[in-house]
Amino acid sequence: MLSVKNLIDTYSLTADDITQILDTAAAFESVNNGRVIKKVPALRGRTIVNLFLEPSTRTKSSFELAEKRLSADSLSMGGSTSSVVKGESLADTIQTIDAMNVDMFICRARLAGTPQKITENTDAVVINAGDGKHQHPTQAMLDLYTIRKHFGHLDGLKVAIVGDLAHSRVCGSLAPALKTMGAEVTLVGPPTFQVDDPDWFGCPQTWSLDEVIDSVDVVYMLRVQLERMEGATIPSRREYNRLYGLDMKRVSRMKDNAIICHPGPMNRGMEINADVADCARSRILDQVNAGVLTRMAEMYLLLGGENNGISA
Amino acid sequence: MAFLLKGAHAVDPQIGLDEVVDVLLDGKEIVEVGHGLEAPEGAEVIDAAGKYLVPGLVDMHVHFRDPGFEYKETIETGSRAATHGGFTDVATMPNTDPVTDTGTGIRYQIDRGRAAGLCHIRPIGALTRGEKGEALAEIGDMVLEGACAFSDDGHGVQGAGMMRTCMGYVSQFDRVAIAHCEDESLTAHGVINEGKASTRLGMFGWPALGEELEIYRDIELCRLTGCPLHIAHISTEKGLDLVRAAKAEGLPVTCEVTPHHLFLNEDDIDSTYNTNLKMNPPLRLKSDMLALRKGIVDGSIDCLVTDHAPHAQHEKDCEWEIAFFGTIGLETSLPLMLTNMVRTREISWSRLVEVMAVNPRRVLRLADVKIEKGSKADLTLIDPEKEITVTEDYFESKSKNSAFLGDTLMGVASDVFVDGKRTLANGVVAQ
Repeated sequence: MLSVKNLIDTYSLTADDITQILDTAAAFESVNNGRVIKKVPALRGRTIVNLFLEPSTRTKSSFELAEKRLSADSLSMGGSTSSVVKGESLADTIQTIDAMNVDMFICRARLAGTPQKITENTDAVVINAGDGKHQHPTQAMLDLYTIRKHFGHLDGLKVAIVGDLAHSRVCGSLAPALKTMGAEVTLVGPPTFQVDDPDWFGCPQTWSLDEVIDSVDVVYMLRVQLERMEGATIPSRREYNRLYGLDMKRVSRMKDNAIICHPGPMNRGMEINADVADCARSRILDQVNAGVLTRMAEMYLLLGGENNGISA
Repeated sequence: MAFLLKGAHAVDPQIGLDEVVDVLLDGKEIVEVGHGLEAPEGAEVIDAAGKYLVPGLVDMHVHFRDPGFEYKETIETGSRAATHGGFTDVATMPNTDPVTDTGTGIRYQIDRGRAAGLCHIRPIGALTRGEKGEALAEIGDMVLEGACAFSDDGHGVQGAGMMRTCMGYVSQFDRVAIAHCEDESLTAHGVINEGKASTRLGMFGWPALGEELEIYRDIELCRLTGCPLHIAHISTEKGLDLVRAAKAEGLPVTCEVTPHHLFLNEDDIDSTYNTNLKMNPPLRLKSDMLALRKGIVDGSIDCLVTDHAPHAQHEKDCEWEIAFFGTIGLETSLPLMLTNMVRTREISWSRLVEVMAVNPRRVLRLADVKIEKGSKADLTLIDPEKEITVTEDYFESKSKNSAFLGDTLMGVASDVFVDGKRTLANGVVAQ
């Protein structure tokens, strides 16, 4: 059992919650990665609504596949087909779907706090699949899974999160989760990309990637959120790549066992060069795979499953 | 109709009054103040023992949404809310639709106020046409129709040159320019105080500098033009320090603060994203809040105002980033001050009367109201021991978006007299 009813943010999760999610995800490896019939009846008869109010490809596909793997009945809505576009309020949308009697909402939204708002209008379980600049907890869990799988542990690891910190819900959820698990986090980016209050994260910050590149175990490159810039605070893609982009020269200075992560979608040639994205240190596709496993685990645990009760 | 108020503790710092007296009202005036007064024939005697009698309260910063947004509030429902809260006068901001930027618009509000027949409506005219910050509004025409002050509240006047023109033009009339200080190049997209709150909740920040920079600018424009300046809804410690320094120099600068900036701060906004706490300017740091309280105590803040900002349910029951700014305030302002500052002896009753009655009249260039023979009978009677719980049902306002819902407060207006007419009787609004 997790200590939370809904998965809204990572700072409400205990180390035990996170460990349960990661261990359960590991148990699902055999379902997703090891066999031809990739399906278990764990959530048969449960109904899950994928409410994607903002464009999403990988997160949405990942959730949909995870639902199918667990035999849940699911419904995907949002984007231009949703009544939100027609001017219906969020509360009305949720109450309408809730009246059909569903078990879980997966929500992706442009506005911070949307998943919390959903919890006020339904008794169903809510999973935040990314809300504005606020949080993206399921991304953080798949990142932790990927990192733990490589190193065998999380405590004591040094992680640099690099790039557009101010506009990043990925950073907002990953940094607290890493700290909860005992890792050390450094925030790297130009001053105009730093968060408003770095003290709140409790992480050191630096403007220089070159200063930290040779001392960290994980280089986590954030996507520059071009759609969230609203008044650009860096001069050009070219300059950004030169100062903060991960190129082979920087990769060559990394520790022997160090890895590279990126939440995708990548701006190749901006925050990460193409050859780096495809190099041996890159765990970017492992992250995508871990996304299905950890989302299976989150849905399973939040809908009442036990970590030790999986008959995979 | 005559009223004899028996045994009220009258407080009026203008004349050094702070004692239990009887007060006789007849027609529109106070006709006698003294001890052991006898009720003339036909006068209604009101037992005011244990209550406080003060010059009628004035809220010099409210939004009554009329004309244009009558679904949120009208001059009539707003007047009821004001009366319920203990006010005899309110100054209405011009961000209506159309914007109140002509004499006709001023006249409309005054006439509607008279028709409602409860409190005095004191319209504030726009500084610029349509509050667009581009061309002067017909300020002189509005003065002649009864505008009590001028402001583009809701927006800062973005161009320093335009603000200079506005203040220069206003300086020929005996009126203040009220500045909503917000440099939009710094506050663009901001929906919450920049810093911990914006980081924690993942939203664009509204930095303190966006306010302080314009306070500084407008104080310098006051020096340049000589136009008296009143800073609206001040929210930061540094902004208040700028006002203090200007006053120390003898510049004609005053300022106001809201109860929500005195009694709430950004830490009150939690992960439930309660949109009734979304304000402009935003709730600031706890240290700012405490500095503003000190400003009320030491006299550097002149007026307590509510920035009463009614919004319909659907404009607040939504995601924070698209929710409207503001809270209603008229019916909680006095109880909050009594509960949090007077009962705790942080301020005296006299100081309360200064910030809620005496000073706002002076800033708005209204005639003084004093508790003495011959003065206008605009009075508020307060029961300091009556407890209220703030619920949606408590409000006379058409909108219910209060930041203080659920609070229990001690002390409330029981009676209000406007031009000698009893508009609030034992907590019940007349009509």
